[in-house]
Amino acid sequence: MKPELSELDRRLLNDFQQDFPLSVTPYADMARNLGVTEEQVLARLHELKQAGAISRVGAVIRPNTVGVSTLAAMAVPPEALDAVAAIVSGYAEVNHNYEREHRLNLWFVAQAPDSTRLTEVLEEIAGRTGHEVLSFPLIEDYHIDLGFEMRWN
Amino acid sequence: MELNVIKHSVVSPHRPVVDEADRRLLAAIQHGLPLSSRPYAEIGARLGLSEQQVIARLQWLKEAGVIRRFGVVVRHHELGYASNAMVVWDVPDEQASELGRCLAGFDFITLCYRRPRRLPQWRFNLYCMIHGKSREEVMAHLEWMVNHCDLQTLPHAVLFSRRRFKQRGAVYALGER
Repeated sequence: MKPELSELDRRLLNDFQQDFPLSVTPYADMARNLGVTEEQVLARLHELKQAGAISRVGAVIRPNTVGVSTLAAMAVPPEALDAVAAIVSGYAEVNHNYEREHRLNLWFVAQAPDSTRLTEVLEEIAGRTGHEVLSFPLIEDYHIDLGFEMRWN
Repeated sequence: MELNVIKHSVVSPHRPVVDEADRRLLAAIQHGLPLSSRPYAEIGARLGLSEQQVIARLQWLKEAGVIRRFGVVVRHHELGYASNAMVVWDVPDEQASELGRCLAGFDFITLCYRRPRRLPQWRFNLYCMIHGKSREEVMAHLEWMVNHCDLQTLPHAVLFSRRRFKQRGAVYALGER
């Protein structure tokens, strides 16, 4: 999206990344805080979601509290990358999948209800693509997630 | 093909217990709260819970640290943060926590983790995700971090993202599974 963001958009995007109201009418409470109507808040959130600026209004779960996840990487020859990436992205268990600048050029995050299924998915990807899958499960998490403040300048 | 899987050993010192009802609740909001006047009532109606039960349980999941953040989840790329790099360091294991906490303090960092090495293919054990509006901005952030946390002498690699094939929130209910 080409961001043509109003002041309201900016505040919707920055001010409610944490501590979204856990009240009966959260959007009305946001609206009161912003000096607009509940309808305006709902309409803009809907539009920002449609435009892809917002992924969702919801929960970011701490890794490995519900199910298990891992970061995995593969070294894929450039000519095979599109096909391999499509196989990886095809799994519902995969939620991020990126090409990165390195010999290990395909990086993805996989998450499953238990480690048996997680291992199965990684083994299946290795088997179907013929490329080794390296798995790097989290050992320690240092980041305290306060959201990400956008600077508009 | 060979697969290197390392057992999930250390995750966190105290791991909150999430029950089946919590899983169903988190699955019900995995694609986001409804954009309607009474979203918690709507979720409750789907699960056979009252509005107050939904609110109370989400509150508990937040306090227990299962939900690390509850609110608007933005997509950086679409908002002009076109560049992101995964920066990885090879740091002595005993220094990983201290350095990790130093790196995690910057506001342009969205993730900071320690992960296992996979020798000989991969020597790095400390990971940070840096977002910026351009490659130059990301590199400037990196230089600032390296100086601030005294990482000048430690081997590192910068893995800029080239193409995004898939990005979405984690899914907690996968159809029949």
